[in-house]
Amino acid sequence: MRHKTFLAFFLPTATAMFLFIALPIVSVLVQSVHAPHEQVIREVENCTPFGCTKSTTVDQDATAALRADQPLGRFVGLGIYGDRSHLAFSELAAAWAGSARLGDFFDRILHLPFYRALAFTLTYMATVTPLSIALGFFVALAVNAIPRLFRGPVIFVSLLPMIVTPLVGALILFWMVDSRGIIGAAVQWAAGDPNLSLKASTTLTWIMLIVYGIWSTAPFAFVVYYAGLQTVPQDTLESAMIDGASRWERVRYIVIPHLLPLTTFMALIKIMDNFRVFEPIVSFNAGAHAQSLSYFIYSDLGGETRLLSSAAATSVLTIGGVLVLLSPVLVRTWRSFGRA
Amino acid sequence: MHKVLKAAIPVAAFLASASIASADCGATSGRVNIVGNEFPAIKTVAANAAKCATGSLTVSSNLTANHQKINLPGMQGNPAEYTSAIIATSSIVALMNDNVIRPLDALVAAHGADIPKNQLITINGKVMAVAFMANSQHLVYRKDVLEKIGVQPPKTYEELLAAAKIIREKGLMKNPVGGAYQAGWNLAQEFVNMYIGYGGEFFKPGSAEPAINNPQGVAALEMMKALSAYMNPDFLTHDSNATSAEWKAGNVALMSMWGSRTGVLTVKEGNDPVVAANTAVGAPLTVGGGKIPATTLWWDGWTVAKNISEDDAKATFLAMKNGISPSILNDETMGQAVWMIKGYKPAPVNEGVMQTMAMGAKPYPMLPYMGLLHTAIGDGLAPFLAGKKDAATTLADIQAAYVTAAKEKGFLK
Repeated sequence: MRHKTFLAFFLPTATAMFLFIALPIVSVLVQSVHAPHEQVIREVENCTPFGCTKSTTVDQDATAALRADQPLGRFVGLGIYGDRSHLAFSELAAAWAGSARLGDFFDRILHLPFYRALAFTLTYMATVTPLSIALGFFVALAVNAIPRLFRGPVIFVSLLPMIVTPLVGALILFWMVDSRGIIGAAVQWAAGDPNLSLKASTTLTWIMLIVYGIWSTAPFAFVVYYAGLQTVPQDTLESAMIDGASRWERVRYIVIPHLLPLTTFMALIKIMDNFRVFEPIVSFNAGAHAQSLSYFIYSDLGGETRLLSSAAATSVLTIGGVLVLLSPVLVRTWRSFGRA
Repeated sequence: MHKVLKAAIPVAAFLASASIASADCGATSGRVNIVGNEFPAIKTVAANAAKCATGSLTVSSNLTANHQKINLPGMQGNPAEYTSAIIATSSIVALMNDNVIRPLDALVAAHGADIPKNQLITINGKVMAVAFMANSQHLVYRKDVLEKIGVQPPKTYEELLAAAKIIREKGLMKNPVGGAYQAGWNLAQEFVNMYIGYGGEFFKPGSAEPAINNPQGVAALEMMKALSAYMNPDFLTHDSNATSAEWKAGNVALMSMWGSRTGVLTVKEGNDPVVAANTAVGAPLTVGGGKIPATTLWWDGWTVAKNISEDDAKATFLAMKNGISPSILNDETMGQAVWMIKGYKPAPVNEGVMQTMAMGAKPYPMLPYMGLLHTAIGDGLAPFLAGKKDAATTLADIQAAYVTAAKEKGFLK
């Protein structure tokens, strides 16, 4: 391709990427090292229908002057990153010094919001990614093996979790796992404990979210693998059959190696997606038991008091986390790309 | 999503009706756009403000449960998207902190001489909002269930616990106590109420330093835990809507609930007739031998945006004034709220809020940093109620989380 043609082809994309991806990330970075100005508080008298009380309020004129002076706010450097809501360096040090056993130390760390969220995020990612890929693979193998006549309906049913919007799917399950819902009541009956509630126990909430995650994302793996299965060389399979390879051996030594590049691609996408887990926590109303980094950003941005610098710092940490997690897979892709 | 839809339908209906019934509000031109919460009383106010619309005066509104997320961004622009935000005791602070609402003194002097003084919310000597209703949480109980166990309606949380115990032991209900204990804003509000009932103060006097890690704080937490033992085990996911649904289903006999939400529990339409006929309201409860009820008083009112033209400000003021004029009171609207409007006669369901005021309940603290503490409480209480942290650690963690946020926001050094 000539350079000019290449540029004409690539320039619009590059511009869009710069405007909509690079610039916002830079802006988030800048935001994360700044905090709002010191507030100038004044004692005032407030009168409401219930009488007058002494109270405090923000001095708007003084604040306006501060804002005009430094429109970006106070420069705090990495202060927000190190505070208790994020990496919590001093709390970590105190926990390390104050705990006799390693178990105590982890116990204390899990009281810190960022590490609690990270613990859930990593657990979710580490379980949902392999299990949803594996489930998708087995469903694809099964569908590929059934007679053509039934494949259409079975594929449709297998894809249902992906067709249903995540929020709607989660809401349906939310009612089913309620202590008066069908799954919730069944669990109570099975455990023989009428007070057991899926929504009230942290462990059960985590399991529920992970099962939901696997259920809702397996169809993606299924679709990709099903497409991949159509490209498995039939002559290799047939010669293996003549050599007396069992069904399992054919899958193990021909199908899985053939589909390996697809698996790498899928792992890449799934790790990224699962690290940003958010919707199930909102729709299952599970904020009390499970928080993820994305949920954290969401709660900082919403509500009466917006903590924009805190949300920005968590965003930067999330981007960093995705990069770290993806690097092995990226390196692998890079190498195999170089070999090809 | 369904909340947005629910909000959009009545708004569209108001807009349609506005052109039919036009009122003379004194304003002829301008733009009025209201943002606010979505419950019957506020719908009534917005509908009546919309009656001021003329050919050159547009009135629109966006009433949604998400109002707190959109009112500040919607008023920061110049000109502001929303010319008026309907707010309450706590949410006015966020708008004040960011300086997006205007003092109303000049407008009150020119067009609002007839607004009673006690409806004017004055901050630092300037009128910043006009209140139109009062609200509070107070006791709601089932007459028939209490009669069955031969117990008078409780006056304290201790009596409520004793009654709940009997109801459960007699097998009348498995979880007789209700409460909006959803982790987050609702749960924090319950703590605020209980802590005030024990006589606690939230901050060291005159500063933004938190002061909730004390014996009153521990007592408040222990009481909340004792109550939660009689609640549906899913209580950490129940907001006031879900709690009301539990009530309507006849699963609950005693709860502390918002005055603005009790009306729908007593009407016959859409309710179990036994529940509707036996739902009664009582005074808010006291706790730990305290005199002040364990609840907070709230007002709802409207504001006018700062970043709009003088014409739009005048139009907004006059439309909102019409929205809360005595003419809005009729048989249907009378029971929707404890209106602070002339001619209002309390309905039986409003008795709880009236008694809250009579008992000298404290208003919710209107401090610039209270929202940060409220958020920290809402995020930090769940582990205690789930039995994973003791009360003192919970309170210390909440204070630490608050201090971090307050430092970022510049309230603490």
